[in-house]
Amino acid sequence: MSGVLRISSALAWRNLWRNRRRTAIMLAAISVGAWAMIFLTALTQGMVNEMIRDGLSVLPGHVQVHHPDYRDDPSIANLIPVADGELEDRFDAAGFQDWSTRIRVPAVISSERETRGVTLLGIDPARERNFTFVDLETLDGRFLDGTEDRGIVIGRKLADTLETRTGKRVVVMSQDPDNELADRGFRVIGVYRANLPSYEEQFVLIGKRTAQQFLNVDDRVTEAIAIGDDFREVEPVLQEVRALMHGDPVTVNAWWDLDTYLGAMLPMMDGFVLVWVIVIFLALSFGLVNTLVMSVFERVREIGVMLALGMRPSAIRWQIVVESMLLLVFGLVIGNTLSFASTYAIRDGIDVSIVAEGMEMMGASARLVPDLTVDNVVLANVVVLVLGFFASLSPAWRASRYDPIEAITTVQ
Amino acid sequence: MTAVRCVDLSKTYRQGDQEIRALDHVSIDIDAGDFVCLSAPSGGGKTTLLNAIGGLDRPDSGEIYIAGERIDTLSKAELAELRLHRIGFVFQAYNLIPVLTARENVEFVMQVQGVGPAERRRQAEQILEEVGLEGMGERRPAEMSGGQQQRVAVARAIVSKPALVLADEPTANLDSTTSDELIDLFTRLNRHHGTTFIIATHDRRVMGYARRLVKMLDGRIVDDIRQHAA
Repeated sequence: MSGVLRISSALAWRNLWRNRRRTAIMLAAISVGAWAMIFLTALTQGMVNEMIRDGLSVLPGHVQVHHPDYRDDPSIANLIPVADGELEDRFDAAGFQDWSTRIRVPAVISSERETRGVTLLGIDPARERNFTFVDLETLDGRFLDGTEDRGIVIGRKLADTLETRTGKRVVVMSQDPDNELADRGFRVIGVYRANLPSYEEQFVLIGKRTAQQFLNVDDRVTEAIAIGDDFREVEPVLQEVRALMHGDPVTVNAWWDLDTYLGAMLPMMDGFVLVWVIVIFLALSFGLVNTLVMSVFERVREIGVMLALGMRPSAIRWQIVVESMLLLVFGLVIGNTLSFASTYAIRDGIDVSIVAEGMEMMGASARLVPDLTVDNVVLANVVVLVLGFFASLSPAWRASRYDPIEAITTVQ
Repeated sequence: MTAVRCVDLSKTYRQGDQEIRALDHVSIDIDAGDFVCLSAPSGGGKTTLLNAIGGLDRPDSGEIYIAGERIDTLSKAELAELRLHRIGFVFQAYNLIPVLTARENVEFVMQVQGVGPAERRRQAEQILEEVGLEGMGERRPAEMSGGQQQRVAVARAIVSKPALVLADEPTANLDSTTSDELIDLFTRLNRHHGTTFIIATHDRRVMGYARRLVKMLDGRIVDDIRQHAA
C-alpha cells in the first residue's frame, strides 16, 4: 500500500474512534441489521425447507417415474409398463440414497360409522421406513411388517373421523384396471401421527403386494421414486433415472414439476432473501450516510489542511470510504457472530405450535428449525459491503470537493 | 535567483452586494532565501496574496511564478503536487491533525510524498529536535501548548525541505515569549537551510526580524522596505 493510502487508512481508523458513542451506536445498528438479515433469513429458510421436506415426504422423493397419463388421471389403469421386479433391480443397481416403488391410487375408506375419500398407498415398509411422513415413534399400534402385511395403517385424524381405532376393521374401495369395483376389509393395525394433520386425513397405507392383489395388478406399480442427497441438487438423480428408464414409455419428473407450489418455493425464497436484505440495508444506509456526513462535517478544517498540504482529493475520498468500510466490517463481524450464536442456540428448532394452524395452511410444521446457509450469509455480507461502499461515495465525494481556503477558515 | 514572481495580480471578492478588491495590480519579486514580511491591516490583501503564491487561490488576472515556473495556469492536481513538494505552510491556528501524534503530523507530508517509514521517522525526529520538541513526538496536539503546537506545524512545514515557506499570522495565537521563540526559529531555519520565508503578519515584533518588509493597503503594495533584521 502506498504511503498516501496508508496514512489515509490510518486516519480513517483513528477518526472512527474519535466519537466513540456515535461509532458504537452505528456499530450496534449495523450489527443488529446484519443479525436480522442472517438470522431471520435462516428461520425463513428453515421454514421453507421444512415445507419442502414435508411436501416431499408425501410426494414423495426427489424424482418420480409414472405412466405418461398418470398425472392427469392418477388411477390404477395408468400403471408403469415395466414389471415391479424389473424396476426394483434397476433402481437397486443405481445406488440412489433411497428409492422405492409403490401403488398410489384414490380410494374410499369406510368404518361402520363414516366413509371418507383417501389416497391409498401400497408400499414396501422396509424401503420407506427412512423417509415416510409417518411418525413411527408416536405410532399407536404397529407399522406394516412387509409387502404382504394384511393390515392397514391410518392417520389419527382419519381414525377420529371414522370413529375407529387400532384392532377395528375398515373397508377400502377402489377400482381395478378394468374399472371394476375392488373392495376389501382391512384390520387397522396402526394409527399414525404426522407433522401436518392434513396428511393424517388423506393417506392410508397397506403392503405393496397386498395392494397389487387387492387391485388385481400383478407385479405392477403406479410410481417409482428416487431420492438423492439434497432436494436442491436433484439434476444428477433426474438424469440417472431418465437413463434407467430410457426406451420405456414413462414420464420422469423432478419434485418441482410434480408440485409447482413447492417448486416455486425455492426461487421465491431466494427473491425474498434478497428483498429482505436490501430493505434492511436501506434502513441502515440512512444511519451510515448520516454518520459519515457528520464525521466529515466535524473535520472540515482538517480536510482543508490536508488538501492545502498537497493531499489529493482521491486520498480524501479513500479515507472516508475506508472509514465506512471499517464500520461495516466490524458491524458485520458482530452481526454474523450474533446470528451464528442465535442459530446455534435454537439449532433443534423452536416450537411454534401456538400458530400451528397458520403454519399448516402454508404447509409448514409446528417446529421451526433455522437453516443457516453459506449462500444467504454471503449474500447478506456482500449486499451490506457493496451497497455500503456506494452509500459512502456521496459523503466521500463531498469531502474531497472542499475548497482548502474555505475549509481551513471554517469555525468549528 | 527569484523564488517568487507576481506580475500584475488582481483578485476581487463579492461579499453580499459589496465588491472587495483583495489584490489590485500587485507585482512583486522575492529572492530565494529571503525573509519577507507582508504587513497590512485586516482586509489589506496579505492573506490573499499568500494564498495565491501558495496555489490555494487563483488570481482573476496576472501571473505567478515559483522558481521560474508559472503556476496560476496549473490544474488543481498540479497545484496539489506543487504544494506537496515545494511549499511549506504554517497557519494561524496551527491546524494540526488531532488524531495524529506530533511526530505523525510532521511525517504526514513525507508520507503523502511517499517517503519510506524509517527515513520519515528519522527526519521527523531530527526536525522535532531542531524546533525544540525533543521527546514530545508521541504527544497528540491536545496534549501540547499553543507554542508547542505551532512548533510542530513549523516542523511539518519545513521537514521535507521546501524551497518556500508561507506563514499566515503564525504568532497571532501565541504570547510574546513564545512568539519570539518562534520567530527566532524561523530566522534560524532561514539562515541554516536557505529556505525562503514569506510571513503575513501585523505583529510588529515579527516585522522587526524581516529583511524585507512589504506593506499593503486595500490590495495594493504601498511600501517595500529592505531592512536590517533584528
